[in-house]
Amino acid sequence: MKIAENTFHSPYQADENGFYGRFGGAYIPEMLYPNVEELQQKYMDILRDPGFQAEFQQLLTDYVGRPSPLYLAKRLSEKYKAKIYLKREDLNHTGAHKVNNTIGQILLAKRLGKKRIIAETGAGQHGVATATVCALMNMECVVYMGSVDIKRQAPNVARMKMLGATVVPATSGSETLKDATNEAIRDWINNPVDTHYILGTAAGPHPYPDMVARFQSVISEEIRKQLKEKEGRETPDYVMACIGGGSNAAGTFYHFLDEPSVKIVAVEAAGHGNETGESAASTVLGKVGLIHGAKTLLMQSEDGQITEPYSISAGLDYPGIGPMHAHLYESGRGTFLSATDNEALAAAFELTRLEGIIPALESSHAVAKLKDLDLKPADVVVVCLSGRGDKDMETYIRNLDKF
Amino acid sequence: MNRIDQLFSRKNKNVLNVYCTAGFPELESTLPVMQALQDAGADLIELGMPFSDPLADGPVIQDSSTRALKNGMSLAKLFEQLKGFRSTITLPVILMGYLNPILQMGVETFCQRCKEVGVDGLILPELPLAEYEAEYKTTFDQYGLHLIFLVTPETSEARIRQLDAASQGFLYAVSSSSTTGKDKNMNDQAAYFEKLQQLQLKNPVLIGFGIKDKSTFTTACAHSNGAIIGTAFIKAIGNANGTLPATVKTFIQGIIA
Repeated sequence: MKIAENTFHSPYQADENGFYGRFGGAYIPEMLYPNVEELQQKYMDILRDPGFQAEFQQLLTDYVGRPSPLYLAKRLSEKYKAKIYLKREDLNHTGAHKVNNTIGQILLAKRLGKKRIIAETGAGQHGVATATVCALMNMECVVYMGSVDIKRQAPNVARMKMLGATVVPATSGSETLKDATNEAIRDWINNPVDTHYILGTAAGPHPYPDMVARFQSVISEEIRKQLKEKEGRETPDYVMACIGGGSNAAGTFYHFLDEPSVKIVAVEAAGHGNETGESAASTVLGKVGLIHGAKTLLMQSEDGQITEPYSISAGLDYPGIGPMHAHLYESGRGTFLSATDNEALAAAFELTRLEGIIPALESSHAVAKLKDLDLKPADVVVVCLSGRGDKDMETYIRNLDKF
Repeated sequence: MNRIDQLFSRKNKNVLNVYCTAGFPELESTLPVMQALQDAGADLIELGMPFSDPLADGPVIQDSSTRALKNGMSLAKLFEQLKGFRSTITLPVILMGYLNPILQMGVETFCQRCKEVGVDGLILPELPLAEYEAEYKTTFDQYGLHLIFLVTPETSEARIRQLDAASQGFLYAVSSSSTTGKDKNMNDQAAYFEKLQQLQLKNPVLIGFGIKDKSTFTTACAHSNGAIIGTAFIKAIGNANGTLPATVKTFIQGIIA
């Protein structure tokens, strides 16, 4: 893979200050300024370096197992009367798309001379992917995870520990992803010299949203090549992905952002329903605000306090979205839908029974909205299956009788 | 003249700035604490606007914010409380906080209210220097609000000079690269403090983070124009055994007597 380069100015890519339209930027306290500035100044040069690209490519191929298949889901296609392809990020080593980014960032951290890695995690997929690359590169690894998420994603906690990471419970606020991110940022403030923060999603201060999107853009790059082989054309009619912060979505959309013929569909978690107050759908329920160093769409009170989101899936339980996505929403380039817990669960059971694939709860949100698209038989739809469902078995078992 | 500038023109050694979270420990504690600080001999008040996700703060100040929000504190409520406070409190008052609540109120409205009640300055750690200069400075100046910038041991000399040039009132020197309330040894930072002194900055310098008692205050003051106490003060009034004014008096006297 060649790291995506901007050869022309795209209205959907970050500008030099990390803004997507009016979203993005780097709103950080001075204590973080040297770290973030160092990254801003060096990340593109490091990513462009042929040595870096070769090492990244080799690990994606031999360690992660890329390219991940683009699978024509025949029975799902029959059901929804269109050609539905699943981009199988669930088949990556560690079981999710997250590893694409952590491989990239650990190589970057090495080139920055860092000795210690910190990360936040919601569902645990990013934590596992980070712990994995730290084991691979012999780096110290500390993962912050909300206490609530530690309970509901026990298998991933065990995997991180087995991989040698220290898992630190975040006990403030809602004790979920937002709070784990706060704690990771605090750790970075307290350890400014030797530590690199491997942020797991396309959010946070510039350059994270752009950097994470570039590492994940291997997904859309492969989709183009694979579609060319299978359909004789590089662009589908629809690309769909679930979105919490939005890293798998950023990677799935990346090479289609400037292809107006491709409809971009992002699916947020609606929890018990957007009208119930127990939801994580930031575009529907959010307003412009600042979270974790970026201006974006954010769920908040009238007084500007960040509110606590709710979703059955720990990976989508985040009160904001990445700034690229906020801009896709506001500009109308992307269509944003939301799926409830029950819709996601139903989709998970349906996909399992039709295709023999047990998806992550996060990915099930994307699958759940196939029914809401106005599909025609000739339409080619690519859904990013961002991860596999092993970590969610306890939730699925609890709901076996309902679906 | 801005009250902060007045203070430093009158006193430029051993200036004591005390941070307290608005609406803590009780919703209606804001003014009593401010009054007690003035009566006890503090020089400057840094009033924290509580926020749900205070990134630069450690657990003690975060807990005080959480408690204040649970008490019902909001930015609108704070301005209600501050109405008329200038009839009794003459110390300069700085509001410290995070940008999101201010953006929701509207920057211009926020500044107007600051001026109406008599606020002298702002500390907004997430506001980028370039954005301040391009979009905020004119408004802040129009309402007589000084914006105070932070520097840390990792801040380059060139950037310290930039931040000093943009800062008004004083420059906030974070003693070590950390969140608030971390226990670090002041003496280890002597080289950084010396460097700041040698730079001959435009602004007076107050050292904050890690100042918790008479000894750390004295050490910080030996290298600067004064120091800022936050976490230790929040701990003291959060665990107050006696009345609030008595607790504040005992704490402040323990620092400056």
